[in-house]
Amino acid sequence: MGSRELSFTERLYIIEVFKGLWLTGHHFFGNMKRHLARQLGLNRLKKGAVTFQYPEERRPFSPRYRSRHRLTKRDNGSPRCVACMMCETVCPAHCIYIVAGEHPDPNIEKFPVRFDIDLGVCVFCGFCVEACPEDAIRMDTGIVEIAAYSRKEMIYHIEDLLQ
Amino acid sequence: MPTLTINQKSITVPDGTTIIQAAEKLDIEIPRYCYHPGLSIAGSCRMCLVEVEKIPKFQPACNTRVSEGMVVHTNTEKVKEAVSGVLEFLLINHPLDCPVCDQAGECYLQEYYMKFGLYDSRMDENKIKRHKAEIIGPHVILDTERCILCSRCVRFVNEVSHSHEIGIFNRGSQSEIRLLPGKILDNNYSGNVVDICPVGALTDRDFRFQCRVWYLSETKSICPGCSRGCNISIHSNRQRPHHAGGRRVMRLKPRFNAEVNHWWICDEGRYGYKFIDDPSRISLARVKEKGEFLVLTLDQVIGRAGEKLREALEKVGRDSVVVVASPRLTNEDLFVIRKFFGEDLGLSQIDFRVPDQNLASGDDFLLRADRNPNSRGAEAVLLDENGFDLTQLLSMENSRKLQLLCLFEQDLTKTLGEAWAKKFLQQFEYVIYVGSNENETSVLSHLTLPSATYAETEGTFTNFEGRVQKINQAVEPLGDSLPTWQIVSKLACALGYRYNYENAEEVFGELAERVVEFQDLAYEKIGDSGVEIPDISKVQV
Repeated sequence: MGSRELSFTERLYIIEVFKGLWLTGHHFFGNMKRHLARQLGLNRLKKGAVTFQYPEERRPFSPRYRSRHRLTKRDNGSPRCVACMMCETVCPAHCIYIVAGEHPDPNIEKFPVRFDIDLGVCVFCGFCVEACPEDAIRMDTGIVEIAAYSRKEMIYHIEDLLQ
Repeated sequence: MPTLTINQKSITVPDGTTIIQAAEKLDIEIPRYCYHPGLSIAGSCRMCLVEVEKIPKFQPACNTRVSEGMVVHTNTEKVKEAVSGVLEFLLINHPLDCPVCDQAGECYLQEYYMKFGLYDSRMDENKIKRHKAEIIGPHVILDTERCILCSRCVRFVNEVSHSHEIGIFNRGSQSEIRLLPGKILDNNYSGNVVDICPVGALTDRDFRFQCRVWYLSETKSICPGCSRGCNISIHSNRQRPHHAGGRRVMRLKPRFNAEVNHWWICDEGRYGYKFIDDPSRISLARVKEKGEFLVLTLDQVIGRAGEKLREALEKVGRDSVVVVASPRLTNEDLFVIRKFFGEDLGLSQIDFRVPDQNLASGDDFLLRADRNPNSRGAEAVLLDENGFDLTQLLSMENSRKLQLLCLFEQDLTKTLGEAWAKKFLQQFEYVIYVGSNENETSVLSHLTLPSATYAETEGTFTNFEGRVQKINQAVEPLGDSLPTWQIVSKLACALGYRYNYENAEEVFGELAERVVEFQDLAYEKIGDSGVEIPDISKVQV
């Protein structure tokens, strides 16, 4: 994509700097004026720009918001997951790793020995939740602070996901 | 030869053909569970119902023979409704545990439901509970809830393996597959019941929960388990290495070949693939120095092998070098061995016949006593000119000191027994071992070169009937390993010969020109089902 030829005044640079300063200052002082006015009860009609004081103040999520995954549990606390690999198959980022094992109860038969999600790779598309035939994986934890000091720590294991 | 019409297409078929067979020739799909071309006709599942004009009721296509002027419809609304109704009955007590079922993805209940069912379930009652995950033999696990009582497995043990281990017991809705009293499903062909089971009732214990079937890629190959050369498909998992501990080859399935194995393979062959991803695989080339193995790059080690070979030839002479090839190698491997060692270096002591001290036995169906896939090919390629017999050398009390032994895939310790093998190996100054897996012989060698297994290479095997069949590459060679013909070519290059084969096809082209038994054969002519070459013993050289 070719960039637009700059005009003479733009190339002078100094004028553009002041234009930018004016724009920023306009919003800053305008908002300050509106906030002060509301605080003093002078003008109730115009609201100033809103900033959430994160992390003390948190924005409410929509119930459909896709946050960090969790694995749901059976009544006895074991994972509902039967390691059918549907989520692993559908995952477009290939970030789910499941290894299946033989469950002692023949009515359950199969369970995940290993269930890892690499959240550093995950694209939070929610396909895994949709694909799951057992309602075993959900993205309703509301946890969005997923940060770590290494890539390895971004891999969540079954015990992390069950909490 | 009656002529009939199926869905407005007419076809003439031999007398005694059934509608389902005639439809197959016309590529018209008729759903079926109990019908299997290799077994007798049961007509019990009723999935193959078709409409025949002038017959008021539906006819099972598997059990109705064609007659002159018959007009069959398989796709009318009436037929579709009937098939969907049959499927609904078959699925009444089905547990729908596809998420845990290993058959999911290759299950004909799933397939036919999507094609012919797509109804909403009307089953409001409680489903009948039955035995689940029941181990019925060393290789097979039974889930009677998933069973639709097609009786294919029962007919298989009665008609093909003649071992009569399982049957259908009880009556009506209580019917289920059980083992006969005091028996377990333990015969050398038990794995085939898993293949023919159209649903997830019989699944493989070896493959159980290892991997989902849709992760697998299929490669056409030949079973290297014995000289029968059964046609197989290698199912490998190349994309998701976290399954089954990184094993790449997940299972083998038989592939239909009317001339060799039909639909079946034996369990020994089916489960004999484990060595491919075994920890005992030799993945790196190495030399022994002061009793310890030193891993080097493949080219360095091949260079070292070339030096040793040149040294032996120049210092002592041609009769101080012995090459023991193997009937486990492909025709291409053997040809390059013959060309380099036999023709270019002029060695005469090349053989592949090692007297096996623990000879296995075959059976009267598929398994052969000769457990090597390419004995016939090795005879054709290696035995036509030199009269050297390794057995004589092995049995001789040798006084002269031999220089170099080059072993290809030959575990002498296993075939000859430890004492004899050690005695034989000690006659040599230097032993080169080219092989895929570690064994007691490879450990005794001075220099080891890693070769690829049959799943990692291309080539051809000649079975005991003289049928040349093609193997294809399913997975990449492990580590530094290479197909044996490439290793030998590199060794030849190290000694200054020009070997620049690009692929196995080129080697085969030269093989077909040079070896009389393979004349007029072309690599692409072999195809998926192989080509039979004229009786080798009768060919006039």
